[in-house]
Amino acid sequence: MPAYNPGMTSRARRRRTRFLVVLAPCLLAWQAVRAVHAAEEVAAIPDTLQQRIAVCTSCHGVHGEGTPGSGYFPRLAGKPADYLVRQMQDFRRGLRKYAPMEYTVRQLSPAYMREIADYFAAQQVPYQRSAVPAVSAQTLQRGEQLIDHGDPARRVPACTACHGSQLTGVQPSTPALVGLPYDYVSAQLGSWRTHTRAMAAPDCMAVIAGRLADSDITAVAAALASRELPADIHPQPAGSVKPPLPCGVLAAGASVP
Amino acid sequence: MRGLRRLFAMLLLLLVLLAGWLVVAADAGHRPEARTGIGPASLSDPALIARGDYLATAADCAGCHTAQGGRPMAGGRLLPTPFGNIPVPNITPDRETGLGRWSFADFWRALHTGRGRRGEWLYPAFPYTSYTRVSRDDALAIFAYLQSLPPVHRPTATGSLRFPYDRRESLGPWRALYFRAGEFRPDPEQSAPWNRGAYLVQGLGHCGECHTRRNAWGGLAAAPTLGGGQIPVQNWYAPDLSTRQHGGLQGWSAQDIVQLLKTGQSGRGSAFGPMADVVAGSTQHLSDDDLQAMATYLVSLPARAPVPDVDPTSHDDALVHQGKPLYAEHCAACHGKDGRGMAGVYPPLDGNPSVIEPSGINATRAVLLGGFAPLTRAVPRPYSMPPFAQRLSDAEVAAVVSYIRRSWSNRASAVRPEAVGRDRQTPAD
Repeated sequence: MPAYNPGMTSRARRRRTRFLVVLAPCLLAWQAVRAVHAAEEVAAIPDTLQQRIAVCTSCHGVHGEGTPGSGYFPRLAGKPADYLVRQMQDFRRGLRKYAPMEYTVRQLSPAYMREIADYFAAQQVPYQRSAVPAVSAQTLQRGEQLIDHGDPARRVPACTACHGSQLTGVQPSTPALVGLPYDYVSAQLGSWRTHTRAMAAPDCMAVIAGRLADSDITAVAAALASRELPADIHPQPAGSVKPPLPCGVLAAGASVP
Repeated sequence: MRGLRRLFAMLLLLLVLLAGWLVVAADAGHRPEARTGIGPASLSDPALIARGDYLATAADCAGCHTAQGGRPMAGGRLLPTPFGNIPVPNITPDRETGLGRWSFADFWRALHTGRGRRGEWLYPAFPYTSYTRVSRDDALAIFAYLQSLPPVHRPTATGSLRFPYDRRESLGPWRALYFRAGEFRPDPEQSAPWNRGAYLVQGLGHCGECHTRRNAWGGLAAAPTLGGGQIPVQNWYAPDLSTRQHGGLQGWSAQDIVQLLKTGQSGRGSAFGPMADVVAGSTQHLSDDDLQAMATYLVSLPARAPVPDVDPTSHDDALVHQGKPLYAEHCAACHGKDGRGMAGVYPPLDGNPSVIEPSGINATRAVLLGGFAPLTRAVPRPYSMPPFAQRLSDAEVAAVVSYIRRSWSNRASAVRPEAVGRDRQTPAD
């Protein structure tokens, strides 16, 4: 439309002016609303790692707190980063078998795995308790004994010997055991016995799981899930424990590729 | 009754063996001549090896010939088929368990005619139906590359093919019906990029092995070319690749195709499931010229016959109705109320070929499994989608997937809860 039309009558020109006076602010307002709306839409998808890893956090929690209500998905928060990287690699290599995890991590690069592991390792959220099945006092007592003292007759070391006196894990590669659901712990010990979870040789946990009696798995999983939750969630410093068994993942110079 | 069935099975076997023998006799004249003058010296040419590395990537050899957690090309996977599992062999140059004793003539014969070193018929899980189109020069480069790899000692795993498929003779009729040996012949009417693209898509890329419907005998449908099909046992749907009217990629430009193959995503959809692995392991590494050539060929695929509109039952309408609030709750934050997604972050669902493909399997499994978008050089830190298998029931997944498949411009069929239950049981890998 030409800006000025000399053929226009003055009435038409007045009408056009009125039209523009009314329309222009409307157009401007509409543009502004649209811009704000667009900005809102863009802002709705944050450019953060947390947003990127929705596939992880939907089961493990936004801060890696786990899903205690699910009774299964383990807590990742505060676990040593090397341990978390190793687990993703083990799922990718098929050492640890769990189809949803194998499918999810199958393409991740070492750099992205490290970034994701660092994120969860840095999260500081209190431990939460999940449901424990009703077990006898005797079973709980057996579990407590295994945790703190092991069973010398079966050559089973205490959990605390490697996982820290408060079971909050040990840097750089030993996970916390408190705050994990009963089903998760018992499934892991079972997996080591059925060779659907393994780690770098010598696989000390496979040895220990093999030495436990069947009933010990229930006992130790129930006792761990019933354990008083320590206030300090941090893993113990590196070198603060002396593992009683040779462990591939703890060997000097064992690096996470 | 049982005796009758056994007699019938025996007769069938005899028939198969006879047909196989006839084809052997007919095939006998086609033995490729052993090419002389290709010795270790010419195979160790670094330029040839480098070219072979690129071509082996285009053919995605490692995609099948590498086991989970295994050394590249050392085999060890079991490829699931409706006829049983087929062990994938070691193709590193190990003398006992790999291709160490193979000559180029052996390799060419395998690629071009689907025969092993002793002349035995190979199972077409090895896609020689496509690789037969690969040129001799390219085959030589790939052979040189494979022979340059560090040898890995890894015996081939034991498969579990059912009778009579465990007998290679049973392949006779199959070959007679579904296999024609023949190198790619360029079409002089078409441009050089089109011919290059057709060669890559039909030959090395072996795209048609998934993107074509297979019949009950595992034979590829003759037409339409790259018309899409369900991948048996793995149960993903490889969409029709025509970009023209009624095509699976209707409305896609050549640029959209290049983007998807290079980065794993385009403005019209993202690769996931097995295609995500193809992008990560193969196509993202191809040159821009080759990707452009593949796209040039694909956009030339003809329009398809219109699919009759599905007439929704009242049950389907109810599913769609139930899906709407579930979509608002679980999906809209990322994929948008309008199903348009978020450019470069979350794929659109409106018009997305994987959402509206005929079977509904892809959308269902994407909802169940979630997962990261493909990890490529262009997208090293991909966004992801949560899995809903542990959060939504079969009925809820069916409702939300039906809603997605029938909203906006989408007019695909609804998905029933029983189908979701079946997809839930399909192994993720």
